[in-house]
Amino acid sequence: MTKQQVLDLYFLDARHKLIEIAAFLDRAERATGKEDFRLKNFRSALARLDGKKKNRAKNVLLAFSDQTTKPIAKAAGKGAVGAYSKTK
Amino acid sequence: MRYIEPHAHMVSRTTDDYERMALAGCEAVCEPAFWAGFDRSSPAGFFDYFSQLTEHEPKRAAKFGLKHFCWLCINSKEAEDVKLAEEVIALIPQFIKSKNVLGIGEIGLNKNSRNELRVLEMQVDLAAKYNQLILVHTPHLEDKLKGTRLILDVLKNDKRIQPERVIIDHVEEHTVEMVLDCGMWAGMTLYPETKCTPARAIDILETYGSEKIWMNSACDWGMSDPLAVPKTALEMKKRGHLAKAIEKIIFQNPKNFLRQSPNFKL
Repeated sequence: MTKQQVLDLYFLDARHKLIEIAAFLDRAERATGKEDFRLKNFRSALARLDGKKKNRAKNVLLAFSDQTTKPIAKAAGKGAVGAYSKTK
Repeated sequence: MRYIEPHAHMVSRTTDDYERMALAGCEAVCEPAFWAGFDRSSPAGFFDYFSQLTEHEPKRAAKFGLKHFCWLCINSKEAEDVKLAEEVIALIPQFIKSKNVLGIGEIGLNKNSRNELRVLEMQVDLAAKYNQLILVHTPHLEDKLKGTRLILDVLKNDKRIQPERVIIDHVEEHTVEMVLDCGMWAGMTLYPETKCTPARAIDILETYGSEKIWMNSACDWGMSDPLAVPKTALEMKKRGHLAKAIEKIIFQNPKNFLRQSPNFKL
């Protein structure tokens, strides 16, 4: 596809998602109480969109990933939350 | 356009979904064994589930002209209890003889624990002993990267396993390359939020090529879309992919992998 075709097909959708992210950050900032590791992960992932870096989708996924290599002793539950913290 | 749905949990779907899939061009649906949304209380629960997959679900599918195939295993979410897993794995050989069984799956990891890893090794051993294809579930979200690496290590360390007879499912941008580099197949799951969107799945195809890769809906009891594959085919068409290239991804590729099982006949 040409750049024009990509923009014609995906610009409005991407614009909409970007505004949703901005509104989410505003909402989280307005809210009371303490934030947790998820928002820290989120900000770290956002930083990977900046500039001319390639493979942005991969780098965002890596920002949210557990990068350790050894299996854990026991699964405490079944679910995943979408962000990683050593101390969660 | 004809397509194969290589990963769908039809026991969780309505008969209407079978009809819609058939109308959209689906010719065969393949159903890996998975977590029911709750833990089964005994091996007898798995016995009944394996009976459902091998005897009853093919009859539901046949009413709409669809072939139904399945994979058998204990899933990783119920693998923390190793004794239960051993008892369930002991049930599987009697079902492997069923004519719609394609292999062992979806085995894998969920939270990347030692017990999950032990049960994964046991089921890889089962697949090797019975010369079965393997379908692997990789963990969700933050656990996927680490889990995929651990799974690939287990498979590469077992010299009986032929990589081209293994599909690693639910790959995303950060895991697809390591899977393909091992000579294994990669599956992309099309979910509204937690895995690949149609646009991202096509980005992956355009970046990494269309060899040894398929896409599936993995529709189940959660947020998912049984028509995700034909909808992604439509998106490929919008992006200018030719009909032949689309058919390769949604029909020929799954057919080429699955026909390594003598039971896969269209």
